[in-house]
Amino acid sequence: MLFFYKETKARRLEADLSRPSDGPEAWKDLPEDQLFEPAGFSARQAESTGYSNYSYWGSTFRAFFKNRFAVVLLAALCAVVLFAFLQPLLPGQLDPNLCSVDPATGIQYRNLAPGENGFLWGTNSIGQDLWARIWAGTRTSLTIAFFVAMIEAAVGITAGVLWGYVRRLDFFFTELYNICDNIPSTILLILISYIARPSVPTLILGMSLTGWIGMARFIRNQVIMLRDRDYNLASRCIGTPTWRIIQRNLLPYLVSVVMLRMALTIPAAIGSEVFITYIGLGLSVELPSLGNLINDGRKVMMQAGLRYQLLYPTLILSFVTIAFYLIGNAFSDAADPKNHLE
Amino acid sequence: MLRYLAKRAARSVLTLFIIVTVVFCLLRLMPVEGYFSNFEKMTQSQIQAGLQSMGLLDPLPVQILRFWKNALQGDLGVSHIYRINTPVVEILAQKLPISIQMGVAAMLLSLAAGLPMGLLMGRFKGRWPDKVGTALIVLIQAVPAAVYYLYIQMYGTTLLGVGLLFDETNWRYWVLPVCSMSLANTAFYAMWLRRYMVDESNKDYVRLARAKGESESRIALGHLFRNAMVPLVQYIPSAFLNTVVGSIYIESLYSIPGMGGLLVTCVQRHDNTMVQGIVLLYACVGILGLILGDLLMVLIDPRITLSRKEEVR
Repeated sequence: MLFFYKETKARRLEADLSRPSDGPEAWKDLPEDQLFEPAGFSARQAESTGYSNYSYWGSTFRAFFKNRFAVVLLAALCAVVLFAFLQPLLPGQLDPNLCSVDPATGIQYRNLAPGENGFLWGTNSIGQDLWARIWAGTRTSLTIAFFVAMIEAAVGITAGVLWGYVRRLDFFFTELYNICDNIPSTILLILISYIARPSVPTLILGMSLTGWIGMARFIRNQVIMLRDRDYNLASRCIGTPTWRIIQRNLLPYLVSVVMLRMALTIPAAIGSEVFITYIGLGLSVELPSLGNLINDGRKVMMQAGLRYQLLYPTLILSFVTIAFYLIGNAFSDAADPKNHLE
Repeated sequence: MLRYLAKRAARSVLTLFIIVTVVFCLLRLMPVEGYFSNFEKMTQSQIQAGLQSMGLLDPLPVQILRFWKNALQGDLGVSHIYRINTPVVEILAQKLPISIQMGVAAMLLSLAAGLPMGLLMGRFKGRWPDKVGTALIVLIQAVPAAVYYLYIQMYGTTLLGVGLLFDETNWRYWVLPVCSMSLANTAFYAMWLRRYMVDESNKDYVRLARAKGESESRIALGHLFRNAMVPLVQYIPSAFLNTVVGSIYIESLYSIPGMGGLLVTCVQRHDNTMVQGIVLLYACVGILGLILGDLLMVLIDPRITLSRKEEVR
């Protein structure tokens, strides 16, 4: 409440002065004994304390929904994600691996331009429907990205809290962090994918192997900063269990950054998948992913007529990644208690 | 200072030792076909004999010891597939110079482009240079590099009238790869410089300067920029790592005969010893970059003493 005090007081004074009936003009002619009035003493008022109906999540959502652009983007992103997962259930969808054949001639529908013969986004070089492939690829890539973000958050928060609270683990984690921080994570990802056979679990493992430690490091620093603050000491003194202190006093501080990191992990994971596919360690073509599709599109991108094969997957990918990036930033601004002061 | 340097160096050597050993152990799990050029035609006993002669069936500690003994003498084994029986070190030595040139050029370019961009954004906060810059940064950071590199290549090659195959002697072939490689770091520098300038702009010394009647541009250049540069230096190591990683994709995309392109080729052709050599080299480069960044920070800001930083850890 103290934060508000200065500002509201100043604002009230200004408002008072601008109202002519109440301003200096109105007081000018009053006799002196009417100018000042003793306030009196009320025992009840003296005992009363301030009350705030502040609710963290309430304020967070209110702040987020004030950002029109982010809300519209969120709605669009939800629509795209939902559509990607519901698309196979819709009527008249082709199998992403089916090579369509012209019934009259028996020749595959190769490289049909978008819209031709009912293929909304055209076909690729072996007659597979790009519409079906791109949505299937979006599903795969999003699934990988969600898993990576979840694992990172879960492992990162757990390890970070342990790292901050259990002093004996500090040395171990710090050394581990120094080592992990020194190898570019891409190199490690290449290494893991090279050793293990390419598959969805391999990719998820490789991507989340080092990502969590950055999160853990951040959480650890916050925990160490907040752990011995007076209000936490007080909590501990009256016997609050540690997990409850962590849950009620520490984690809310971390929400904004954890959410931001998770939201940024998703575009990064989708990008890593594209990269790892390019160097030949990605998923096989039978399992369409955005990386596969972009890599296929890349092979034909120097032929101007076939560029749609690169354009559509990159459009979907760019929309998804930019949306996650912007929504993550908007939400983290909204979740930061510093921005809740009005 | 000297004591710190010695300590820092010793620590780095230790980290390097651990990383290389861990990576070496991980690499023992590599698929065995990567050791032979004609794997498909070999019988099981031939494979066993081959592995035996390469010492790959020995216990792990023996292999690690032998590896370190050879590595310290500059021997990382021979390539089995990429160039049969050529020492890995020899191949790497041929590829390294062009990668270094390109990386240095990209890093300089990203500084030369990113700092003015951040400066303009911070100076005109909330106005159109800031808005355009922010949109550009979001685009570069959110869209995977693997995607926009492709578009740069697709339209850039036509625009510059260059072919797809890299020609080292023609400067026009250097433009696209170096620009692509520097983009991520340009956005990175601009973003942080802007943020620090905005943070600094409420400090007392800036208010004083404003009260003295200094022009906004002079404040931005003479006061904000100089102070915002200090924290920025700590991002140089990560920028360095960005460049290194970016080079893997770029070099392969433009078929530049450098380290990154080599890694992709060797991964695709399953040449274990080459992959091992390159991965180890990248690990060393990463560590080196971090040390350099730390040193730069001590040199640039006398207030930072790194011995204190160590204590905080």
